Amino acid sequence: MIHFVVHDENDSVGVVVVEGVKSGQELTGWIMDQDKEIKVHAKNDIPIGHKLAIRELKANETVVKYSVDIGRAVAAIKVGEHAHVHNIKTKRW
Amino acid sequence: MSIDLKSASFHGYKRENGRIGVRNHVLVLPVDDLSNAACEAVANNIKGTLAIPHPYGRLQFGADLELHFKTLIGTGSNPNVAAVVVIGIEDGWAKRIADGIAAAGKPVSFFGIEGHGDMETIRRASKVAKDYMHWASELRREARPLKDLWVSTKCGESDTTSGIGANPCVGNAFDKLYAQGVTLVFGETTELTGGEQLVAARCRTPQVRDKFMFMFNRYQEVIDRHKTSDLMDSQPTKGNIAGGLTTIEEKALGNIQKIGKKCMVDGVLDKAEVPSGPGLWFMDSSSAAAEMVTLCAASGYAVHFFPTGQGNVIGNPILPVIKLCANPRTVRLMPEHIDVDVSGITRKEINMDQAGDKLIEMMFRTANGRLTAAETLGHREFVLTRLYESA
Repeated sequence: MIHFVVHDENDSVGVVVVEGVKSGQELTGWIMDQDKEIKVHAKNDIPIGHKLAIRELKANETVVKYSVDIGRAVAAIKVGEHAHVHNIKTKRW
Repeated sequence: MSIDLKSASFHGYKRENGRIGVRNHVLVLPVDDLSNAACEAVANNIKGTLAIPHPYGRLQFGADLELHFKTLIGTGSNPNVAAVVVIGIEDGWAKRIADGIAAAGKPVSFFGIEGHGDMETIRRASKVAKDYMHWASELRREARPLKDLWVSTKCGESDTTSGIGANPCVGNAFDKLYAQGVTLVFGETTELTGGEQLVAARCRTPQVRDKFMFMFNRYQEVIDRHKTSDLMDSQPTKGNIAGGLTTIEEKALGNIQKIGKKCMVDGVLDKAEVPSGPGLWFMDSSSAAAEMVTLCAASGYAVHFFPTGQGNVIGNPILPVIKLCANPRTVRLMPEHIDVDVSGITRKEINMDQAGDKLIEMMFRTANGRLTAAETLGHREFVLTRLYESA
């Protein structure tokens, strides 16, 4: 079963595509562009559609999705942690 | 795919100017806010006609007024419209809009309320609307090649599943339709922010690229001039954020999936401008759903692909809006709004090629007369884009 989807293997985040992901749960991810699988343990409860980090991010580091810059981490984010507006901000506007 | 697109046809209404429509509306079109009541009364008198009330049209000037005229004339000229009754508070602007629509060759009449009052205007306009309705109801659909269909796209209440499933599904369909010479359009200028370089790289010529970047930068200046924050809750919207989208860059990269992998951007349109030939066009436009879809209708598009994540419920009075969704939660909670369920993509039950075919199949069914979810639910959002304050 696929719990989360990653666009590209260069990405730092994946998207949860099932409801009810709980902290501690082992998740299976599908990397779409390379058609590979990865496993990550969720470190938070994560709602469907929300992101989790699949690699360690330091504060101010660029967050990559679709193999492209989508903003910067404003706090350190560990693998499996919920990655959203509380720890990522736009570089525009 | 199951449908051979090279020989595929749909059944549409051939209009006087050669364009093909997939709906057959007799419109009762107000020039201004003051004329809504009379238009709605006419539409109530004459069954089957459609009034499209809106809140503007008074004391506009300059480019904003020109856009108002262009949008109303474009709406009346759209091939999904058979005939139009125009009503304005005064004759002058009503005539200007009717003359613009008459250039498409279709039946159109105009009425000014001043000097007559609502009741006399409603009586005279109803008589004409009735004649138009009899005439339009006898028009018949005919088989037309796929390339005669104009298809627009814009997404709404997007979430991360839009970028994974619904938007690339549109992109897959666009790649296939582009190869058949269909006339396509996308827009949402500010919603390309963070991915504008990817769109620029897809422009067919340096001239197209320069025009695209001019439009993009012009809109960025509007944001910079008026912003009081980083636009969080506006762009991305609260719904986008609830759905998991974090930054405008992330939203933009999902948005851009709609133009597929192969199509080139062949040209750039200003708001409500009519494209001059087939291919993929970029139209400078707001990212607000009803505003953008209204502009697509005014540019002459006949069918619209609308991917949603969290469940935007938008429709348009004259342009059938086909909704597709890849979020299984939204498909479960709001099924009455979704025409094409592509949530199987994230479960690997269907691949993108199959999803694109599913959308194209629904496009043909819609073009042939199937009412969309938005049409059956009465969604007729007609929202005019304003450039600045009235005088």
